[in-house]
Amino acid sequence: MDIHEYQAKEILTKYGVKIAEGGLAYSPEESVQRAREIDGNIWVVKAQIHSGARGKAGGIKVCNTHSEVKAAAEELLGKNLVTHQTGPAGKVCSRVYIEAGIDIVRELYLCFLIDRSSECIVMIGSAQGGMEIEELAETNPDAIKKIYVEPAVGLQDFQAREMAFALGLEATQLSHAIKTIKGCYRALRDHDANMLEINPLIITGSGELIILDSKMSFDDNALFRRHEIAELRDKTQGDPREVAAGDHGLSYVGLTGDIGCVINGAGLAMATMDMIKLAGGEPANFLDVGGGASAERTEKAFRLVLADEGVKAMLVNIFAGINRCDWIAEGVVHAVKNIGMKVPLVVRLSGTNVEEGRRIIAESGLPIITAGTLAEAADKVVHARNEVIAEERRRESIWQS
Amino acid sequence: MAILINESTRIIVQGFTGKTGTFHAQDMINYGSRVVGGVTPGKGGQQHLGLPVFNTVKEAVQQVGAEASIIFVPPAFAADSIMEAADAGIKYCVAITDGIPTQDMMTVKNFLRRFPLKKRMVLTGPNCAGTISPGRAMLGIMPGHIYIQGHVGIIGRSGTLGYEAADQMRTLGIGISTSVGIGGDPIIGSSHRDILERFEEDIETKVVVMIGEIGGPQEVEAGVFAKEHLSKPLIAYIAGLTAPEGRRMGHAGAIISSAGESAAEKVAALEELGVTICPTPAAMGETVAKVLARM
Repeated sequence: MDIHEYQAKEILTKYGVKIAEGGLAYSPEESVQRAREIDGNIWVVKAQIHSGARGKAGGIKVCNTHSEVKAAAEELLGKNLVTHQTGPAGKVCSRVYIEAGIDIVRELYLCFLIDRSSECIVMIGSAQGGMEIEELAETNPDAIKKIYVEPAVGLQDFQAREMAFALGLEATQLSHAIKTIKGCYRALRDHDANMLEINPLIITGSGELIILDSKMSFDDNALFRRHEIAELRDKTQGDPREVAAGDHGLSYVGLTGDIGCVINGAGLAMATMDMIKLAGGEPANFLDVGGGASAERTEKAFRLVLADEGVKAMLVNIFAGINRCDWIAEGVVHAVKNIGMKVPLVVRLSGTNVEEGRRIIAESGLPIITAGTLAEAADKVVHARNEVIAEERRRESIWQS
Repeated sequence: MAILINESTRIIVQGFTGKTGTFHAQDMINYGSRVVGGVTPGKGGQQHLGLPVFNTVKEAVQQVGAEASIIFVPPAFAADSIMEAADAGIKYCVAITDGIPTQDMMTVKNFLRRFPLKKRMVLTGPNCAGTISPGRAMLGIMPGHIYIQGHVGIIGRSGTLGYEAADQMRTLGIGISTSVGIGGDPIIGSSHRDILERFEEDIETKVVVMIGEIGGPQEVEAGVFAKEHLSKPLIAYIAGLTAPEGRRMGHAGAIISSAGESAAEKVAALEELGVTICPTPAAMGETVAKVLARM
């Protein structure tokens, strides 16, 4: 789960790190109020969306007067911002963060994340902040410093010092740098975060070390014990279909194709989508109904997939392990009858009680296309999708003539 | 032979008296696995499914000689149960539980490393379907009847995709020595490579099939090991050709977050290392058959 910049900053300030003075606003008027409360005569209005690279997308505006602050907030609030991290749909900005303008001398990069290879937390830093780390890794990999932290022992002072020197900090900045680095590490550990990225960490004209932007991402599996984090979820930042799926305990990822998928198990789901692609189609979604796949869950999954109006055909592929094919078949028949499907449906069942499952589908009298193997299922659903498209074109041309 | 478990392995179930634990313990017993008891703290001294219940894993090791354990404990308490098993001297543990926090697994792995290699418990999972040596023992939640005994070793992250592979092989009359589910989480007990090392030592296993997916460096690491040390053919399928970058595809670990983690990149790297690539998930059975025919 991701949170906003201002939320991450709120967490971090509890660990003794410094941030610029700032405040949150939901309206242009509130933005001006926040600016009035902040000393100085330069303000930065920052769109709060779950994405980096907001600057390039026009999501960060530097203002010299209160009226400029108001105009910037007016422009950003309600706007859909598209960055290379949001995907083409973009993300809507429903709140802005007003921050004091800071005199930046240098920009640094600092990041903490759980590293899968070493199975510990890795701290990554670079004296060349501001740009994206992926870009830096390609152009100048030597400028990146990595320090691995033994989880049972925690981040030690010598490691924080090593990072501070790698960031090119001076002796006078050292004690605050150690406090900042260790504070970030603790913030990650204490909240079950997977990732904390500070980009940039800046040095001001007066030599102070300030966190100018921060991004935090949390382990969904740990939210049961991090209620204060779970409450920070902003549902407007997720794909509405994915949010709805999450509310039903289903795992769904919306894609750009037109073949809807309902599959049990993440691996089999990915494999089935691969088969659809290899057969010449494009999946509309990833959807794992899970091991249970009860009639109720099956119906919810059907509704979710069909809520996408771009879906032209649908494939159900279930391998019954703990489950039984006859139960799943009953769930499918029930769902089709309840929903009144308008697109062709291909069902492939495999595993425990498969004959019984196929019999139930066959005897239902519903126009369900059945398949025996994975390859056959993919071929049939792509064929059905192509027929729907051909039919649509035919109708269109009749209507036009 | 087979690896990790066989008909004589003495198995206990952690989370024995719960609904899931009870269901699968019975299923494993029906399959012929040598289940000798279970652990549910506070219920020690009771009998469940005709077997003794213990308060601690240590008691189970001392009193019924438990060697392997399977964990059905809820996510919040599962890491603790795994460490208890390791501390009690359990040799092999399968963690079925889905949803264990990543930082808990980091602690588990750190704890396991404290034991000298010879005394260190082997862990597979979490978030896996378990391990089966067909015809001998099942330590998992898979439908046992789809696996026939034979000479192909399977390593996979996903449960149902592993079933699909076993089922395709059964249709072609191809048997399996052991099938190991290593789990879909970012931090797991054993990697593809760890299991590959065991299959190399197993004389019964003639061919190994690795079923991987997007995310993480593991499949390629296993490929590197295979090139240098594996004397048997390795076949690989990598799921997730259509997965977009940065999106989690169901499994907590199935996310392309850096270079080399996409299905296409993994396939290219594995091909380079001389691994036989299974081109589609529908061709897992035939690819194995072809490789076996050449031997």
